[in-house]
Amino acid sequence: MQNPSVDTHLLPADTLGTAPLLAVDNLHVEFATRQGVARAVNGVSYALNAGETLAVLGESGSGKSVTAQAIMGILDMPPARIPKGEIRFRGTDLLKLSENARTQIRGQQIAMVFQDALSALNPVFTVGWQIAEMFRVHRGMGKKAAYAKAIELMDRVRIPAARQRVHDYPHQFSGGMRQRIMIAMSIALDPDVLIADEPTTALDVTVQAQIMELLAELQRESNMAMILITHDLGVVADVADKIAVMYGGRIVENAPVHDVYKTPAHPYTKGLLESIPRVDQKGQDLYAIKGLPPNLLDMPTGCAFNPRCPYRQDNCVTDVPPLHEISGTRSSACHYWREVLDGVEG
Amino acid sequence: MSNSTITASPAKDAKPEKAKKPASLWSDAWYDLRRSKVFLFGAALVLLLVIIAAFPWLFSPVNAFDPSTCDLTRARDGLDGTHWFGSDNLGCDTYSRVIYGARVSIIVGVVATIVTSLVGGALGLLAGFFGKWTDVLLSRIAEIFFAIPSILGALLILAVVGRDNAGIGSVVLALSLLAWPLVLRIMRAAVITTKNQDFVLAAKALGAGPIRIMIRHILPNALTPVIVVTTMNLGVFIAAEAALSFLGVGIQSPDISWGLMIADSRNRFLEAPAPLLFPALFLSITVLAFVMLGDAVRDALDPKLR
Repeated sequence: MQNPSVDTHLLPADTLGTAPLLAVDNLHVEFATRQGVARAVNGVSYALNAGETLAVLGESGSGKSVTAQAIMGILDMPPARIPKGEIRFRGTDLLKLSENARTQIRGQQIAMVFQDALSALNPVFTVGWQIAEMFRVHRGMGKKAAYAKAIELMDRVRIPAARQRVHDYPHQFSGGMRQRIMIAMSIALDPDVLIADEPTTALDVTVQAQIMELLAELQRESNMAMILITHDLGVVADVADKIAVMYGGRIVENAPVHDVYKTPAHPYTKGLLESIPRVDQKGQDLYAIKGLPPNLLDMPTGCAFNPRCPYRQDNCVTDVPPLHEISGTRSSACHYWREVLDGVEG
Repeated sequence: MSNSTITASPAKDAKPEKAKKPASLWSDAWYDLRRSKVFLFGAALVLLLVIIAAFPWLFSPVNAFDPSTCDLTRARDGLDGTHWFGSDNLGCDTYSRVIYGARVSIIVGVVATIVTSLVGGALGLLAGFFGKWTDVLLSRIAEIFFAIPSILGALLILAVVGRDNAGIGSVVLALSLLAWPLVLRIMRAAVITTKNQDFVLAAKALGAGPIRIMIRHILPNALTPVIVVTTMNLGVFIAAEAALSFLGVGIQSPDISWGLMIADSRNRFLEAPAPLLFPALFLSITVLAFVMLGDAVRDALDPKLR
């Protein structure tokens, strides 16, 4: 266990040799289903320092949300099970803590923003009540003081006329405003880590940018670490520091954000980038990665991406590719990362 | 409309929105209820009955509990100026007995409903929230009670419990004992539905403990169906009390109950119909009033019927 007195807030983000704020290490999550065991997460590792934003990118079923829920400790167990792995927060393995201790961490130190704010807010209470509840329960504030803080927070997430709207119910707000309220609740107790699980997926494109900007701004103000889970490459470019691309429950590529866009080192990442529609493609068919995402109950042998991969060779079907280190900050789980990186067509 | 959009400043916009306030499920339901004729009529009747039950002397000059008011020489007399609803086998005034009989019906209906809803609701909340063996245990116990045919079960319970202490308490006990499993089932189902909604997961992710999640986040959202059953139960229990008293296992003389009055006068019905018809009429009106209330509440609270 690390020395708990080390205040990670004071450390520069990339100090070598210090423990990261949050580290997921070789995490495995599986679900017992009637059809068999679904291996949703198969050895995911990532680390996060204060003030840093990690974007976890992947399609539905890639295990990105399950990893986040494992960090929060809100997986339903059973059917979920964590057979292997560690989630270290400030050096403490969260998986070894009691449920009570984890409840203390949730909201206060690690908080989460959900995808659909309308269903994530309690429909029978006013938004002010719900934000104020955070302060009443965790900070022992009186009703009046808690409401004052709620209004302050609503101002901070830029909800117009916060003082009038504090007594409104969630369904009386627009989608973007609701997501702002969800964000207000999650940052209420100044968490060290904020996990945003597809925070903009349910929103209009115009509102998406505003919400991302708000998250980035809040993060700068408080030096939070942020895990941004998304399937939208467009959302992450301006906000994230580094990207972890997930496929079939594994991380297939780790990289600083701009390297990914310029020179992807995994065929899946490359496919994702190529499937973004571009203006100069006018009149041509859009590119799509062939095939379907893997069935978690029946994973392909070897590399999970091999049935869809243009670079596939014989050993892709037999050997699981390890994460090859490309440079200090980059790695790729592909046997042929050199070819992909050099832009050789598969 | 076009005028206001041009002139209204953002600050002014906020005002009218506050005024119309479509607000929560509850205030929506209340808004609907106030406009429902069925509800208003049912509520007025119920209010009147409650006042009769609480202050019967305001409505009847004769104290029906006082045996000296009965005159055997006038047994089974027809309707006249002193006996508005005629008189019964013992020459007691039917009108005053009907008025004084309201109290038993209302008390049994209200108390049995409260007990049933509290017990069934609380156990249903626990069973639905904790699941696993708590659920198995509570649900199986509920099913045992559920399997007993209601009138037969009530007869049995009253024959055992009510032999030495017949009266309102025993009737309430018998009715509650047989009715709580229904409320448990409804509550449990509603809790399970609510438990899997996103806002419960979100509350957990933001640090709410299990008790807080159960009481603050699940309970208020799972309450609607129980409230509907509760209002419906009021009428059902009042009818059941009358049935049990009619069968001779419920309220006993000298207490006054409509069911008992019907039973007492049924043998001489052709000769003197009034002492049977008037308590039956009051019973029907009372049950109808509560059923109307229950119907209106269900319509207002059930989003599927909107």
